[in-house]
Amino acid sequence: MSSGLARKKARAAWWFLTPALVLLALFFVLPVAAGLLLSLTDFDIYAVGDPSVARFVGLKNYAHLLSDGTFWRAVGNTLQFVLIGGPLSLAVSLAAALLLNEKAVRLRGLLRTVYFAPVVTTLVSVAIVWRYLYHPRYGLLNFLLGQIGVDPIDWLGDPNWAMPAIILLAVWKNFGYNMLILLAGLQVIPRELYEAASIDGAGPWRRFRHITLPGLAPTFLFVSVTTMIGYFQVFAEPYVMTQGGPLGATRSLVLFMYEEGFRWWRMGMASAVAVLLLVITLIGTLIQLRLDRREA
Amino acid sequence: MMRFRPRSALLHLVLFVGALVTLLPLGWMVAAAFMQPGEANSLPPHLVPADPTLEHFRALFTRLDFLRNLANSAIVTTLATLLSVLVNSMAGYAFAKLPFPGRERLFKSLAAALVVPAQVGMLPLFLLLRELGLVNTYAGVLVPYLASIFGIFLIRQYALSVPDELLDAARIEGAGEFAVFRLVALPVIKPILVTMAAFTFLSAWNDFMWPLIVLSDSSMYTLPVALANLVGEHVQDTELMMAGSLLTILPALVVFLIFQRIYVQGIMSGGVKG
Repeated sequence: MSSGLARKKARAAWWFLTPALVLLALFFVLPVAAGLLLSLTDFDIYAVGDPSVARFVGLKNYAHLLSDGTFWRAVGNTLQFVLIGGPLSLAVSLAAALLLNEKAVRLRGLLRTVYFAPVVTTLVSVAIVWRYLYHPRYGLLNFLLGQIGVDPIDWLGDPNWAMPAIILLAVWKNFGYNMLILLAGLQVIPRELYEAASIDGAGPWRRFRHITLPGLAPTFLFVSVTTMIGYFQVFAEPYVMTQGGPLGATRSLVLFMYEEGFRWWRMGMASAVAVLLLVITLIGTLIQLRLDRREA
Repeated sequence: MMRFRPRSALLHLVLFVGALVTLLPLGWMVAAAFMQPGEANSLPPHLVPADPTLEHFRALFTRLDFLRNLANSAIVTTLATLLSVLVNSMAGYAFAKLPFPGRERLFKSLAAALVVPAQVGMLPLFLLLRELGLVNTYAGVLVPYLASIFGIFLIRQYALSVPDELLDAARIEGAGEFAVFRLVALPVIKPILVTMAAFTFLSAWNDFMWPLIVLSDSSMYTLPVALANLVGEHVQDTELMMAGSLLTILPALVVFLIFQRIYVQGIMSGGVKG
């Protein structure tokens, strides 16, 4: 290739990239960087009116948060959502993918569509639907449980049940997405491997253990990291279903950030929450990658 | 006649019960949306409206101005879809087919940015848009949807398969770089653009947090924000809320069912190649 053509291509590349890069720089990179700075100020409702009154306060917001019970409660709630909801959702996705991947399955396309349907629904809408399903007296869920002799549960009114209720909704809403990706991962495992193992006398469990699991591992790592990152950002479910209650049992980090920033206009403090969310997410991702490397 | 196989029967039993459980919440929503006021709170619960009515949809469109919110959602989502496909396809194509110094490094730093939650920038973004006078406007809602790192990845991955000879042939015939992109590359990568459009449409249509932050006037609300607002005042009107929920979900579901194959393939290929 002539160097003239190479130069021409390189110049064109920047023209093609400019719109995307400018938009990302202006509306993503700049705000994230500004968020770091904002978290070091006492930007509050007065500064919303006149930004010049905001002062640099160093790490004071962080010190305040780390000694604030409400913040730690939100961290705990979010971790509960991530550490219970995430694996539960992955388990359901994996089970659905494995079952759908069975050779004998009929109407596979239809079943796949049905399982995937909740993913494309509007989160606010289905959170409202589930709010009624969880109604202690008239809700369908308690009615069905009553049929098998379970006493009514005050799903969204009992601090012990509210987060599990939100997790259940999230699993129902999301499992179809990872199911599809895992299904794609299963389909790239060569069929001959299974056939060869069968000839060698490996039973279903050993085939699963020694062929399916290792073959699926890269895909599984990918979905577990993306799921975890997504689950850290839980917001609409508690906003719509419980407003963070009862007794703060479902106030997630992002909901806490939203309230600090857009209800009380403590934007410096809210930015510190956002930065800590980033830090926690990064730590979570690193732990997961490390765990995976050790297993591999 | 098929032979009865217990294993296969059990497999299908589990799969179809699973499908039923998955559909139950949506089925109940549809049924309740057409029930008479109060019927959704009967015991035992009704799964079919005893005397179906359109009353709640009428109330949404007349009394509650939902048509306006529907229009807001439609405008924002359509613009977001068209613009993001344009912006991201150009960038994805450049990353795949136009080598330049530092390309790999730039691509890697974009990949790293994927772990940064969008919420970290939301507060400053709000303040920035306020300075620009874009709070409570369509443009303000649109801005974060336009350039998508994920979208750029998706398109780059696909554009890698465009043969260089095809592009070079057009260049030899004297086509400029933009013409090469528009007339040669775009037709080849069309499937991924449709995928990308379906993705953007659905995520913009369903998004909640950002429109909630940036829109302050109920006449500007998109459907999810209007719905979340409505539940505050009308939480007792179960049937009305279900009609609103159904109305909000329906366009997303229809778009999904139309583009299903392409959309599903996009997710499956994006995930495995990582």
